[in-house]
Amino acid sequence: MSFRIIVLAKQVPDTRNVGKDAMKADGTVNRGALPAIFNPEDLHALEQALRIKELRKDVEIILLTMGPPRAADIIREALYRGADKGYLITDRKFAGSDTLATSYVLSLAVKKLEPYHLVIAGRQAIDGDTAQVGPQVGEKLRLPQVTYCEEIQNISQKEITIKRRLERGVETVTSPIPTLITVHSSAASCRPRNARLLMQYKHARTVSELQEETKDYTEMLTNKPYLRIDEWGVADLDAKVEQLGISGSPTKVKKIENVVFAAKESVVLSSDNKDIDQLMKDLIESHVIG
Amino acid sequence: MNNIFVYCEIEDGQVADVSLELLTKGRKLANEINCKLEAAVIGHKLEGIEKQLFPFGVDILHLADEPRLAPYTTLPHCEVIVKLFEKIKPEVAIFGATSVGRDLAPRVASYLKCGLTADCTSLVFGDHKETKTGKEYKNLLYQIRPAFGGNIIATIINPDTRPQMATVREGVMKKEIYNEDHKGTIKKIKLDEVLRDELFPVQIVERHIEKQKVNIKSSQIIISGGYGVGSKENFDMLFELAEVLGGEVGGSRAAVDAGFVDHARQVGQTGVTVRPKLYIACGISGAVQHTAGMSESAKIIAINNDPKAPINQIADYSIIGNIEDIIPKMIKFYKKNTK
Ligand SMILES: Cc1cc2nc3c(=O)[nH]c(=O)nc-3n(C[C@H](O)[C@H](O)[C@H](O)COP(=O)(O)OP(=O)(O)OC[C@H]3O[C@@H](n4cnc5c(N)ncnc54)[C@H](O)[C@@H]3O)c2cc1C
Ligand SMILES: Nc1ncnc2c1ncn2[C@@H]1O[C@H](COP(=O)(O)O)[C@@H](O)[C@H]1O
Repeated sequence: MSFRIIVLAKQVPDTRNVGKDAMKADGTVNRGALPAIFNPEDLHALEQALRIKELRKDVEIILLTMGPPRAADIIREALYRGADKGYLITDRKFAGSDTLATSYVLSLAVKKLEPYHLVIAGRQAIDGDTAQVGPQVGEKLRLPQVTYCEEIQNISQKEITIKRRLERGVETVTSPIPTLITVHSSAASCRPRNARLLMQYKHARTVSELQEETKDYTEMLTNKPYLRIDEWGVADLDAKVEQLGISGSPTKVKKIENVVFAAKESVVLSSDNKDIDQLMKDLIESHVIG
Repeated sequence: MNNIFVYCEIEDGQVADVSLELLTKGRKLANEINCKLEAAVIGHKLEGIEKQLFPFGVDILHLADEPRLAPYTTLPHCEVIVKLFEKIKPEVAIFGATSVGRDLAPRVASYLKCGLTADCTSLVFGDHKETKTGKEYKNLLYQIRPAFGGNIIATIINPDTRPQMATVREGVMKKEIYNEDHKGTIKKIKLDEVLRDELFPVQIVERHIEKQKVNIKSSQIIISGGYGVGSKENFDMLFELAEVLGGEVGGSRAAVDAGFVDHARQVGQTGVTVRPKLYIACGISGAVQHTAGMSESAKIIAINNDPKAPINQIADYSIIGNIEDIIPKMIKFYKKNTK
């Protein structure tokens, strides 16, 4: 029996590099202009799976991502690095899901892939920064959980030993398998794409992507079935519609405000002695210092 | 009326600062809607812990005291909390956005199928009208948080599920004693019905937790350095200024990542939030993730050689120039003009 590892990964807008072109004239962010990337900590999660695959011969890595059709990009990125298969979980009815609804859908998809041994997620996604989906998938699957993994120190068919990175220290724990792990950014970075795998998988496509393409892929898919990325929707997962999307999400967004720099009236000073001395004098006299 | 609940974390017999901050907030919320403040401590050797908690206004303190409950592991703490919530049905439940709180709260929320908002920077009550149904809600908890990498601020509500759950980072709320003589009641949680062996699959083999060494939050003067400070050696200048002014040294994430200064001093969205009476930002550009943690300082001085740096827009004083040049001048003037 193979050792099956399911990696949960999300495609996110690159909120770390809100550069000039992503700023609108009024100082707010133009989200559409941000590149979509593989959530950074999910790459760390994938790397942990790839390392286990190097240790054991029988490992199969499956990447699951829930998102719009273009999220198939990160499945390809995972295949280029050594994942064996990916599923795109996509359906209009999933739109607007909060972490509870998302974890419900992901847990159904994971269940469909039984028997599995590990579910590995990133600690958090940079668009929401919630770090909730991992533990919530764990709860829905009734799995133990080990969050903030920095290093997998030992693994057998029955048990895994993990070093966790906490706010003010580290902790080493053991958990029986199957278990759910979330991976911290202090864990090893993901390896780059592998040239051979890139050649092998560069034509991997979802069915919806194939419908858009002009080239006829039918023959290629018959010869190379591994190039087909399966898509799962509400019906495939037997998901209860009332637990999905906006209706299945207990949290509602009441209001969104863009962070705009409200300029304060500020006194501009130079580095001349005169300016610095005057400033220090003012601060002492107004008892801000001294 | 259902109550406000705060999960309290303990390390070495001490209630964590973040929990005391949340109790301070919880007490205010409870007074506002006229209900009680409940809290739970789950761990071992908790005798006398109420002495640390009652002054912060706790009315009902639930205690779960058992050797296997310390140090924290997920499943038993989760089980104790969900069983407690099923009984006391809190209106609002707040957890620290700590390694423990962010491990526990989502699991609890998933079990109870209720909403949870992570890393709130503000919690206030407000009303709400559902546009579609016209249904009106009084005193919903507005859970306000930065999202999208700090580029937007979202107000989140959970109209229909209870408790309304939120996590809050350390340092975001103020810690204030409510009343030294306040007395609450203690309720011991019956554990034999709750703790089954299956809840202990995860075993802790080893644990190294460091005591928090620096605590820049409580400092009234913070001299903060960014990537522009240039080196660990140049940070010595900031330490010297902090010493003469009686303040502490903080840093931006770029300075922390570069190894100029340690993580405990990081200010911002993923560091601590500070609101001192004076914040001097040296060689910090002023990214939103940084300013989110310091923009409420009473006075802000920016020292930057780039007049266009965004930090200048929120500063009361912008000194345009090099820190190597300016900081020694500040130290010199101060030493000469004070005793
Ligand atoms: C999810 C997320 C969370 C984050 N959390 C935080 C956080 O909590 N805290 C935080 O700080 N950042 C955080 N960041 C990073 C943040 O976006 C910025 O990258 C960071 O704050 C930049 O640090 P800096 O201003 O020191 O460096 P830079 O942006 O490199 O700025 C250096 C500044 O120094 C000036 N300078 C250079 N040389 C000199 C000199 N000799 N004298 C005077 N001035 C000089 C330059 O003009 C420039 O303005 C986070 C990012 C993300 C994505
Ligand atoms: N839509 C999604 N598809 C797959 N995995 C996800 C999705 N959303 C969140 N995750 C996983 O859950 C982790 C935490 O996400 P979050 O709670 O949004 O911060 C991420 O790092 C991913 O591993």
